[in-house]
Amino acid sequence: MAAHSAVLSVSRIINPIWGRHLGNTVKVFGTTLTSHRNKTLHVSDNIPPPAKYGGRHTVTLIPGDGIGPELLSHVVEVFRFSCVPVDFEVVHVNSALEAEDDIDNAITAIRRNGVALKGNIETKHTMPPSMKSRNNLLRTSLDLYANVMHCQSLPGVQTRHRNIDIMIIRENTEGEYSSLEHESVSGVVECLKIITRSNSLRIAEYAFQLAREKGRRRVTAVHKANIMKLGDGLFLQCCREVASGYPDITFDSMIVDNTTMQLVSKPQQFDVMVMPNLYGNVVSNVCAGLVGGPGLVPGANYGRDYAVFETATRNTGKSVAGKNIANPTAMLLASCMMLDHLKLYNYANLIRNAVLTTMNETRLHTADLGGQGTTSEVVQSIMRIIQSKGQLTADI
Amino acid sequence: ASNIPNGTGSDPDLGNAPLPPPLTCSVFVQMVQDPTQFDVLVMPNLYGDILSDLCAGLIGGLGVTPSGNIGANGVAIFESVHGTAPDIAGLDLANPTALLLSGVMMLRHMGLHQYAAKIQTACFDTIKEKKVLTKDLGGNSKCSEFTTEICRRVQDLA
Repeated sequence: MAAHSAVLSVSRIINPIWGRHLGNTVKVFGTTLTSHRNKTLHVSDNIPPPAKYGGRHTVTLIPGDGIGPELLSHVVEVFRFSCVPVDFEVVHVNSALEAEDDIDNAITAIRRNGVALKGNIETKHTMPPSMKSRNNLLRTSLDLYANVMHCQSLPGVQTRHRNIDIMIIRENTEGEYSSLEHESVSGVVECLKIITRSNSLRIAEYAFQLAREKGRRRVTAVHKANIMKLGDGLFLQCCREVASGYPDITFDSMIVDNTTMQLVSKPQQFDVMVMPNLYGNVVSNVCAGLVGGPGLVPGANYGRDYAVFETATRNTGKSVAGKNIANPTAMLLASCMMLDHLKLYNYANLIRNAVLTTMNETRLHTADLGGQGTTSEVVQSIMRIIQSKGQLTADI
Repeated sequence: ASNIPNGTGSDPDLGNAPLPPPLTCSVFVQMVQDPTQFDVLVMPNLYGDILSDLCAGLIGGLGVTPSGNIGANGVAIFESVHGTAPDIAGLDLANPTALLLSGVMMLRHMGLHQYAAKIQTACFDTIKEKKVLTKDLGGNSKCSEFTTEICRRVQDLA
């Protein structure tokens, strides 16, 4: 393990100096350079985003479809009100166009700024199969290999299960989302699920590092290796290998169907969970449902060089768009995660506390939580709480 | 938690009945938040594996969940999907509900609906009354006692 983490540390040391010049030359596990230094890897210690000028950061903003635009406009409003030193570069992506120019522009903007906040871009089923999901393209082009979701029970939200605190780390670039399907014989479609050793090791390493950093005690790998012996078997084996380097953290594994059953009966048993792409989608949706719904949970996608923040369950919420009833919590908390990433911790905590106070103490809830509040009422309440903290604010 | 409310339906065929809440989220979110909105679901293999275990967890676990595997020409195998539980085998402690209800499914498949209904009612009533329950359901009766109780109710229903 020493050489293994030394390899990682060398690539981490090189990159801040050379930035993007080396590009993918120094892959996480492919370098032939070795070093005997054993620098601890901090997952949150990513390279500081380059787009900072005059003390202000520039962040790419992709409104997306459905409720994305309105929720992000509220984020912009709250940031402006709280005098957060972040400027947004808005890039629109039209999901109805087959050409990939829009999404290429967005990807370029994110490469430029290093950080993005996005709404979900709709993947219309009516488009031809050759048209890839824009969200997926974004994730794979930027190699945002770790999707992180932190599910916590909130005191102000009524749910069947209490005291849930689960971190879900989902491999974000391969697995069942490789978009490799073919129909060699009419009526028989084969879909390839790709599991690679390097990506599995990478995500497992990320999970264990994060667990150690956050002081978590247990990592559970979710798989279906009894059926997919080679694919999920490889994933599980990689997790075990990485686990051996973290003797302070308990590692166990659970088959995905049993996992969902345990989640709906005894979710408190889980701590940190790591899994391939599709199971990650399933488990994160189940957990979002357990803590109160998709309107509450923020999500983050981390790569080596870039980070993109969004709501955890990635819904477009078409049916509630434009009605001022969507829950702004998830998107606002995602923007706080982004502020943490930019090391603007004070602003992050200010806004986060205001959001959670509105949720838990004022108990102003939107319709998805059974309340009567509109989106704008909730946002106004959040801004009032921010104002009451005595920090510098703009006009409401 | 309630679903996102929708307005009343404007579809003339449905009259003025309110439309069901829109499934804006994944089935996994909806199933955890409000499983009562679902009726019959059909899906490919892997999703079925995951979703069926999820739903089993919602109703009390694999100890009470029946299942059946249907093939062509009426060929079918009905089974409980819990484990073999070697630690309690042969000790008259196991909960027979899953296998019993699988048997009920089998009777229905064979067209013996009256028998199926009787046994199911007897089984559900026994569980509902909570007097004679096996350990996994919170009681301390034996498997044979639980079964005897169900048989007694079946006789009463005849």
